[in-house]
Parts: sequence; structure tokens; C-alpha cells
Amino acid sequence: MTDTETRARRVVAAPDAPRRRRSGGGPRAGTIAAFLTPFFLPFVLFYLVPVGYALWQSFRVVRRTGGQYGTSYTTFGGFHQYAQVLHNTEFWSSIGRIGLFGIVQVPVMLFVALIMALLLDTPLLKVKAFFRISAFMPYAVPGVIAAIMWSYLYSPQLSPVVDLLGHLGLHPDFLGPGAVLWSTANVSTWLWTGYNMLIMFSALQAIPQETYEAAKLDGANNWTIAWRIKVPIIAPSIVLTTVFSIIGTLQLYAEPAVLRQISSNISSTFTPNMLAYAVASGNNYQQAAAISVVIAVITFVLSFGFMRLTSKKAGL
Amino acid sequence: MALMLLLTIYFLLPVYFLIVAATKPQGDLASTNGLAFSHFNLFSNLHTLFSRSDGIFLKWALNSVIYAVVGAGVGTLISALCGYALAKFQFRGKEFLFSVVLGGVLVPTTALALPLFLLFSSTGMVNTYWAVFLPSIVSPFGVYLARIFASAAVPEELLESARLDGAGEFRTFFSVASRLMAPSLVTIFLFQFVAIWNNFFLPMVMLQKESLFPVTLGLFEWNGQTARAPLLQESVITGSLVSIVPVIIVFILLQRFWRTGLAAGSLK
Repeated sequence: MTDTETRARRVVAAPDAPRRRRSGGGPRAGTIAAFLTPFFLPFVLFYLVPVGYALWQSFRVVRRTGGQYGTSYTTFGGFHQYAQVLHNTEFWSSIGRIGLFGIVQVPVMLFVALIMALLLDTPLLKVKAFFRISAFMPYAVPGVIAAIMWSYLYSPQLSPVVDLLGHLGLHPDFLGPGAVLWSTANVSTWLWTGYNMLIMFSALQAIPQETYEAAKLDGANNWTIAWRIKVPIIAPSIVLTTVFSIIGTLQLYAEPAVLRQISSNISSTFTPNMLAYAVASGNNYQQAAAISVVIAVITFVLSFGFMRLTSKKAGL
Repeated sequence: MALMLLLTIYFLLPVYFLIVAATKPQGDLASTNGLAFSHFNLFSNLHTLFSRSDGIFLKWALNSVIYAVVGAGVGTLISALCGYALAKFQFRGKEFLFSVVLGGVLVPTTALALPLFLLFSSTGMVNTYWAVFLPSIVSPFGVYLARIFASAAVPEELLESARLDGAGEFRTFFSVASRLMAPSLVTIFLFQFVAIWNNFFLPMVMLQKESLFPVTLGLFEWNGQTARAPLLQESVITGSLVSIVPVIIVFILLQRFWRTGLAAGSLK
């Protein structure tokens, strides 16, 4: 009953809206297009077309006529490339590696970022500006250069950290087979913690002070206010940083590529993206395209899935 | 407080190490304590850095500046126009366009680089400035931010009164809306600037010609050669310092702007 009512009202209201807009002097279609085209033209050319092209390539195979020395041609191959990807053990080990990396690094980084943001939001703390800037500074450092800097701190010949630990009787091998994944994770954590902190901190600053007053009157302490009031309110920005971190993890390339220059424990197929590049360098573009598509689909499923999951939990 | 101190040391340590190492002669790198200054050799290191291979480092630095400043400038302008239109104009298919842009945020840029290389190589654009510059101007995240900022910062009544005064839509945008959006535009510019400045995969895929490299790719190549040419190590260190310090300074100087923008963006 109410449903049909609202629907009826919507039908009545709908033709009214555009008329009102036109009388208010809203822009013409041509003007709107002039605002949109400068972005959408390159967006289509350099985003959508490559995505489509990768999809198309991923369904092709190279065949040869008449044995090894015949001329090669590409033809439709169905899901051949995808079947190859799914049977590739290097692909699965790179996914497993990156999965382990993400499951550990992302929560640790975001938890530290959240604690830092909450600390910055309390009135207790002096020298906030200095702390905020030093935490955010790594964001301005390119991943390649961050990895170069840390690789010097990891290298046994140059590192003051290894020296220092040596005096304490510890001899860690940051580039050893078991540790190198976590040394890479450390570079990512160093780069992005401050950035994530700043997004959460900005969200905290946008909460009006009155929100806390009732809780204070009820005798809530700073911890209760932080966990029961602040964290739920900034949940959307925590979701946002998580999604960006998931995307970033699956894209990992520069940091391990730099550490590979000094560690034999990082293979050329260490991460999915390194694998895709290695396959493309071997001139198997169709296979590389299929790998890229699979990485993009996994990214999409994980980040979308995470958004859906968290928004359901939050009762939205 | 102790936790804060510890974290501050963690964040500053690599940069401090880099500053110390950049002032040392190559011979002192391995033989002296990494956290203490020894012979002050910074100027000689800088001279070596900038004169190596006919001054290629300066070329890389200039390339990075061109890619990042022009790319982020154009990118911010087109993102702002598009985000503003998506926030303030009513038209059919608006939500559909916005969700396509949002989907673009989720596409890994490294997954784009390989097909882009194939497309560009068939048009002969590989190994040119355009191959890195053109894809860099597209920032779906910039459009997303611009839309949020425009709906938060530009009041509807102001646009109505500008229209009543007979101002065209572009004039309204440039003389009214863009001023109100200014702090957020700085934020979009800085985010995109950093993304392009830090980009490594795209130039690596697109460029073979050393003279077109950005600084990240150049230093990566040098770093890979240090095993064969150990003397390059000091230039990699000094070059790393030279390439991060200006960006860090710009960030600190502009922080009032991007913090306002970020705070506005986090409302929704």
C-alpha cells in the first residue's frame, strides 16, 4: 500500500524536477559534455581501452604453421591462457607469498596508524606537529628510493642496525630466505603508515567536540571514548585505507625489485606483478595479459568484498 | 609518549642514515659507523653525481619534474572539471559514469602498464615522453575527491546567483567554484604529483632510452650496477637524497593546504 503510494508520488514528482531545473538556467548538454570530456577521453583511451585490450589478448594464443620454423600467428584460444595461469605453480606461490604478506602487513600497519591517529587526537600530546610530519614524510619518498635506503640498512657490510644488533649478540640476516619477505613488508609499512594515519586523523578532526560531551558526563574515560565513539565514527576511513592497502599489496613491484638487486632470495617471480613482467619480457604477451587480468579480478573481488562485508557489519 | 618517540626514530632513521651517508667519501661507507659523520665529502659527492655520464642525473631529475608537475597540473584540472560536473550538474547516466570512475580506482595501475605498452608500441609512442605523460594525467581517485570537495565546498545558492548574473558555466567554475575548492585542489595536485613522482613500473615498461628516464628508474638502474661498479654506490646514495629532499620540503611548506583538503575529504 505505502509502496504503491510512494511509487505514485515518485512518478508524479519525476517530470516536475527537470522542468524546474531548466527554468533555473541549468547547463545544456553540450556544456556538461565540455566539462566531462577532458577527463573521460583520456580515461577511456588509457584506462578502459587497455583493460579491454588485455582481456582480448588474454583470449588469444600464438600458433605456428609447419613446425618450429614456420611463421607464427595469433588466434582465438578460449580459456587456454587462463588454464595455463591456474596450472602455473609460480603463479600460485607468488599469490601465496603476497597473501601472507598482506594478512600480516596490512593489519599491523593500519593498527599502528590508528593508534597514532588516536594519540594525535588527544590533547595530552605535545610536539604533535613534529611527530605528524615525521610520520607522513615517508609518503613523499618513492618506493624505489625507500627500498634503496632500507637495503643499505639491511646489508651486512654497511648497516649501522646490523652493527648495533651485533654488539648485542644478535646476528639477523635481513635478506635471508625466511626474512626477506618481512624486510619487504617493513619497507611498505615505513612508506604508508603515516599516510594512513593522516587519513584517519583527518576523519577524527572532523568529529564535532560535542559528540564526546555526553559520554564524558556519563563518566567515560579516554579509552572508552576512543574505542566506543571515535573508532566507529571513522570506520569509513578505516575501510578506505584497508581497500587501498589491499590494492597496494597486490600491486607490489618496486620494493621487491630493488631488494632483488642485493638478495638472491627474491626470485624474478616473487610477486604476481613481477611474474607478469617476467612473462611479458619472455614475449608471451597473451599469457602476461591473462595474469594481469587475474590479478585485477582478485584485487576487485577482495576490495569489493571487503567493502560489502564491512558495510553489512556496520548495518548500512 | 615513549611509543611516539620510538615511532619517530623509526620514521626518521632511514633518512638520517641517508643524510649521513651522502656526506661521506665512498671509502668511509663500509668502514665507519653508519650513524656518525666522518669526513665531510658532500660537495665532492654532489659534483660526482651531477657529472656522471655527461650529467644524466640532472636530466632524470628534470624529467621527473616535467612528468610530475605538468602531469599533475593537467590531471588536477581535468579531475576538477569532471568531479565538479558530477557533483553539481543534473544529467542522465551521471551515477553510471561515477561508478565507472570508481571502478577505475580499483584497477591496479601496474595491470594497465603492460597492455598500454602493447597499444603504444603499435602507434610508435613507446620510448617518448608521451608514453609516460599521457597515462599519468588520468586520476580516477582525483575525480572521486573533486566530486566530494565540490559538493561540500560549493553552495548551490552561489551557483544560482552566478547564473542569474548571466555568467556562463565555465566562468562560474573558474571564477567562483574553483576558488572555493582551492585547498582541495592542492590536495588532489599533491596526491597526483607524488603518484607520478614515485611511479616506477610505467616508465620501466615504456622507456628504454636513458635520457627519458625519471629519477626513480635511473637510480634503480644505477643501483643494479653497483655490484659491478662499487663506486656508483655513493652516487646512488647522494642521488637518493637529492631526489627526496625537495619533495619533502614542498610537502612541509604546503601542509596547511593539503590538510584542509584532506579534512574536507574525510567527511563523507
